[in-house]
Amino acid sequence: MKLVRLRAIARKEFLHVFRDRLSLAIAVALPLILIIIFGFALSFDVKHVPLVVWDQSETQLSRELISRFTGSPYFRLVDYARNYPEVERAVDSGQALLALVISRDFAAHLESGRPAAVQLIADGGDSNTATIALGYAEAVARGFSQQIAVQQVQQQRGLTLQPPIDLRPRVWFNADLESRNYIIPGLIAVIMMVIAAILTSLTIAREWERGTMEQLIATPVRGIELVLGKLIPYFVVGMFDVLLAVLMTELVFQVPLRGNILLLFGTAAVFLSGALSIGMLISILTRNQLLATQLAMVLTFLPADLLSGFLSPIENMPRAIQLVTYFVPARYFVTLLRSIYLKGVGLDVLAWEAATLLTFCSVTVVVALLCFRKKLA
Amino acid sequence: MIERIRRMLVKEFLQALRDYRMRSTIFLLPLIQVLVFGYAITTDVKHVALAVYDLDNTVASRDLISRFAGSGYFEIVNYVYDDAAARSLLDHGSVRLVLRINAGFQADLAAGRVAQVQALLDGSDSNTAGIVLNYSNEIVGQANFDALVDRVTRVLGTFQRPGQADLQTRAWFNENLESRNFFVPGVIALIVTLITLMLTSIAVVREYEIGTIEQIMVTPIRPIEFILGKTVPFALIGFADVLLITAVGVYWFEVPIRGSIPLLLLATGLYLLTSLGVGLLISTISRTQQQALMTSFLFFAPAILLSGFVFPIANMPQVVQWLTYLNPLRYFLVIIRGIFLKGVGLQILWPQMVALTIIGVLTFTLAVRRFHKTLT
Repeated sequence: MKLVRLRAIARKEFLHVFRDRLSLAIAVALPLILIIIFGFALSFDVKHVPLVVWDQSETQLSRELISRFTGSPYFRLVDYARNYPEVERAVDSGQALLALVISRDFAAHLESGRPAAVQLIADGGDSNTATIALGYAEAVARGFSQQIAVQQVQQQRGLTLQPPIDLRPRVWFNADLESRNYIIPGLIAVIMMVIAAILTSLTIAREWERGTMEQLIATPVRGIELVLGKLIPYFVVGMFDVLLAVLMTELVFQVPLRGNILLLFGTAAVFLSGALSIGMLISILTRNQLLATQLAMVLTFLPADLLSGFLSPIENMPRAIQLVTYFVPARYFVTLLRSIYLKGVGLDVLAWEAATLLTFCSVTVVVALLCFRKKLA
Repeated sequence: MIERIRRMLVKEFLQALRDYRMRSTIFLLPLIQVLVFGYAITTDVKHVALAVYDLDNTVASRDLISRFAGSGYFEIVNYVYDDAAARSLLDHGSVRLVLRINAGFQADLAAGRVAQVQALLDGSDSNTAGIVLNYSNEIVGQANFDALVDRVTRVLGTFQRPGQADLQTRAWFNENLESRNFFVPGVIALIVTLITLMLTSIAVVREYEIGTIEQIMVTPIRPIEFILGKTVPFALIGFADVLLITAVGVYWFEVPIRGSIPLLLLATGLYLLTSLGVGLLISTISRTQQQALMTSFLFFAPAILLSGFVFPIANMPQVVQWLTYLNPLRYFLVIIRGIFLKGVGLQILWPQMVALTIIGVLTFTLAVRRFHKTLT
């Protein structure tokens, strides 16, 4: 390997990247857009779930239960229904996600110490929202029952009571349970995978498709120089994107960075090299830009998005899928990012993730270098 | 004219499907997506890893712990006896929750004082943490209720149990609240967008990049015929993918389809107007395949994220919610999920169909106009 030739290839590739203004602009703008959307617009927090109420009881007790629902930040009363078809229509059309149906004998049952039926209908279509909303609703109903019980005992016997066990939650690492603090650090991994997928996966296929590869083959440049030379400019663009992303999380979204910033950039550099090599490998093997884009989607972007734990926790996935995730490098990087950002831990805790990531990335870089053949098919 | 369009279609089909790798990718991509979304994206929180930090070690503390263990929500994976061990478990992410019961728990309960229990939560995954907190409150709430009744009974001798609001929950459309019933139908929208957007724009731009566009220009083919030739094949592939995903969803994942499949295909057709139109528009501003791919992505990512596919629109800020009314995917997803899960028809879905038609006709007309200009 000669440094002169490596430099020449890197320079040629830099020129390609910087001359194509549209692609460069998108390579910088896309991460920003993703961060802004995830930071400002998206959240898993379930609040203001639209609720429709059919109160057949119309008593003080039933109104008290309803006001417990409307008083909580999790529910928003959109309408009162007067009959079953109205309830059905509200849920069918998506106007309400929850319907609370209070039976006619609600108050009578409560006063005589019997269970008083309250029906809660949820639109299960969005199962996540429905599960969380049902959890909140159960908490509201339980609070109501406890209050009724305490009131009854106090009225009858003149006792004062308070709940015997007091559960004190202490939330570590993300005290206000901001979903933004969870999502944005992981997003850095996804962004880098996107860059790898849409920039690198085309670079060698393009040379084959346009016929310029034959010119390159005619030069004394060696395969390893060509691949490395092509990786360098994309590495620079990718690291610039990381820097932008870190600055945005810090300045705009104020996600706390509790760990070591050098560790953050170090692991990012390792992951980026691996991600770019996967893109490069796809490009080398397909020699066709259209095919390369499709494969890059399947092999880089989707796993980083869905199997890395970025969107949904890996421990909730079925066992077989959990095994697959061990082969997704983004999995380790997402864990590293979140731990560095939120937990502020160092290599002593993260040794396994860091070592695995390093191994993965070295292997892909070497495979990409070895796979490139300077031969015409 | 018909003959020229036919020739053009044959050429495009050959070009798209000649390569066996391309043939398999076109169908592999949707298959993999359905499988991943069907299996991997579950937001159901079960078997939360729990560590017990019991400094009291009495009948009462063990009773509370067994309520957690028996709830079905938690799985005790560890017992710890000091702060450092608890901290380390949370740092490593081995457990989500450490339940700390201080010494004197039973004594407090027996004496009628308030007994404190600490729940140390890993809040980094805010969504899961919120649900875990809910579960914990539910379990402690029930324990409290039982203890209260117990205490009152002890003081007063006999005591009639107070009435309780008995919440009977029922989930419509998705009785067991399966995540896959929510995600798998949505994959249809994802794939149709991805395939048509990228294939159309790249198919056009490739002619420019390789230089074959000049050969096409010297043939008697007219712009509208060229456009049809470049869109119809991918529209057909889109329809095939819809049927493929529906089949896998219904037969493999047992996602119910309660509405009408023809209506689903009609909605797909209306939506294709938009996505093919956007694909053509992208091809007019891109000159290389790389540019086409990147511009497609620039449209695709926000469109998917702000469609309600994964993140519910109702949770977005109000301004963003208004913006989503411009997003054709939003309407397409409501229609798809309405047909699959709710089994509703046009009498409920007509506003979405109208919106899709308007956006589709506008986009496609605009695309054809711009395309005419760049071609001549």
